[in-house]
Amino acid sequence: MANSTAVIVIREQDNVGTATRDIKAGELIRTRVGAGEVCVTAAIDIRFLHKIALRDISTGERIYKYGAVIGEAISPIAAGDHVHVHNIRSLWGRV
Amino acid sequence: MPLAGYRRPDGRVGFRNHVLVLPTVACANGVVNAICRQVPEAVMLPIDSGCGMLKEDQVVFAHTLANLAGNPNVAATLVVGLGCEAFKPDQAEAVIARWGKPVKAIAMHNSGGYAATVEQGAALARQLLREVADLPRVEVNPGDLVLGLNCGASDPASGLTANQALGVAVDHLVDAGGSAIIGETTECVGAEKEMAANAVSPELGQRILDTVRRFEDHVKMYGADLSTGEPNQGNMEAGLSTLEEKSLGCIRKIGSRPIVDVIEYADIPSKKGPILMDSPSYDAPSVTGIVAGGAQVVVFTTGLGTPFGMSIVPVIKVMSNTPAFKRMEDTADLNAGTILDGEETIEQAGQRLYELVMEVAAGRRTKAEELGENQCQIWRITLTL
Repeated sequence: MANSTAVIVIREQDNVGTATRDIKAGELIRTRVGAGEVCVTAAIDIRFLHKIALRDISTGERIYKYGAVIGEAISPIAAGDHVHVHNIRSLWGRV
Repeated sequence: MPLAGYRRPDGRVGFRNHVLVLPTVACANGVVNAICRQVPEAVMLPIDSGCGMLKEDQVVFAHTLANLAGNPNVAATLVVGLGCEAFKPDQAEAVIARWGKPVKAIAMHNSGGYAATVEQGAALARQLLREVADLPRVEVNPGDLVLGLNCGASDPASGLTANQALGVAVDHLVDAGGSAIIGETTECVGAEKEMAANAVSPELGQRILDTVRRFEDHVKMYGADLSTGEPNQGNMEAGLSTLEEKSLGCIRKIGSRPIVDVIEYADIPSKKGPILMDSPSYDAPSVTGIVAGGAQVVVFTTGLGTPFGMSIVPVIKVMSNTPAFKRMEDTADLNAGTILDGEETIEQAGQRLYELVMEVAAGRRTKAEELGENQCQIWRITLTL
């Protein structure tokens, strides 16, 4: 079931969105991104305020949230995956 | 809606017209509170130091106290002290007199004791109230507003909702010629490069980086490190994954217009626009420094909720999520959780917040003012002797 408010995306270049409620694995999420829309199926349960990948992200690729880099992927991330400390790391002090 | 305020002798505009009874040392808080019980229309600020300080802290203390009295929301000041403290009542009176506003001072050691000081203080406070009662509000413009910004008791929603909405409101204010002061230097760690990149010049960008580095170095003197343990366990459980994610959410408060200056604690900005003030993250000293800097209205974003307020400035509380807003509604003025609920966009919430700021400047009381909440703390940089 599509739900347009389940994920909030702040800026168009963001590749992660934030859950505005608990999301169940398998839910189809449809959310506004800028002028357009993104559709993604949750691959796993995503808790309230946790992040979900809006598209595939490769290892080493930068993670964008609020239009800024918040870290980099340390393993491949598929669209719909939970994005958190297990698959991204801080770049602070590294660059 | 035209904006109206009190034009003070130094040209700055106040949006409240307070008579402030101001201790010069913690020992005078009791007498000051007794005076204010007799004269409830006057307000006070609690002062928790004023003694046992190294020279460096004496300078910060006197500077901050004088600038608090100089805040344009203050129409007149009654200074109350003991007589033996570092910044004595007559010294404070002389400095505060430079603002051109009415000021009086009494020292308990010269006034015949506790009860006599309370009686004389109450009489002086009533006299000051009569002097300023008929000061007129005149039409001013948003360029006269300096908005103080703070976040506290944050949760991961703060960076998505309340801080984003505040950034939009700050953009509106800056575009109209006004200013906003953000403090909490420690919260910039992880976001300092982005802040510096958004400065009005590369030279200012470097000064921003230097200011953040200076605070980090100070913390390292104690063998601690601002970046380790950030985000903390609670932050990570709640969804924050990296230091930058947390800090970038925090600095969204200052909006997107170029930062025009970085100033020292409790300094009054000489430029208009978005300003960074070096200050700690702890709410009480951070807001105290910003109010000493002349902010007439403060917006305080929070995820968990706090009653925080300060007598001489209205503090507008903005909650980041709806469940918390419902739990703490009697301390909160605006719910930005509507953004998470899909009821409003960030831009709409920001516009609503900007309108509330203007209403509060025009006289609408915040929950913190109605509750009589009153925190104040002058930043202690070194140590207590």
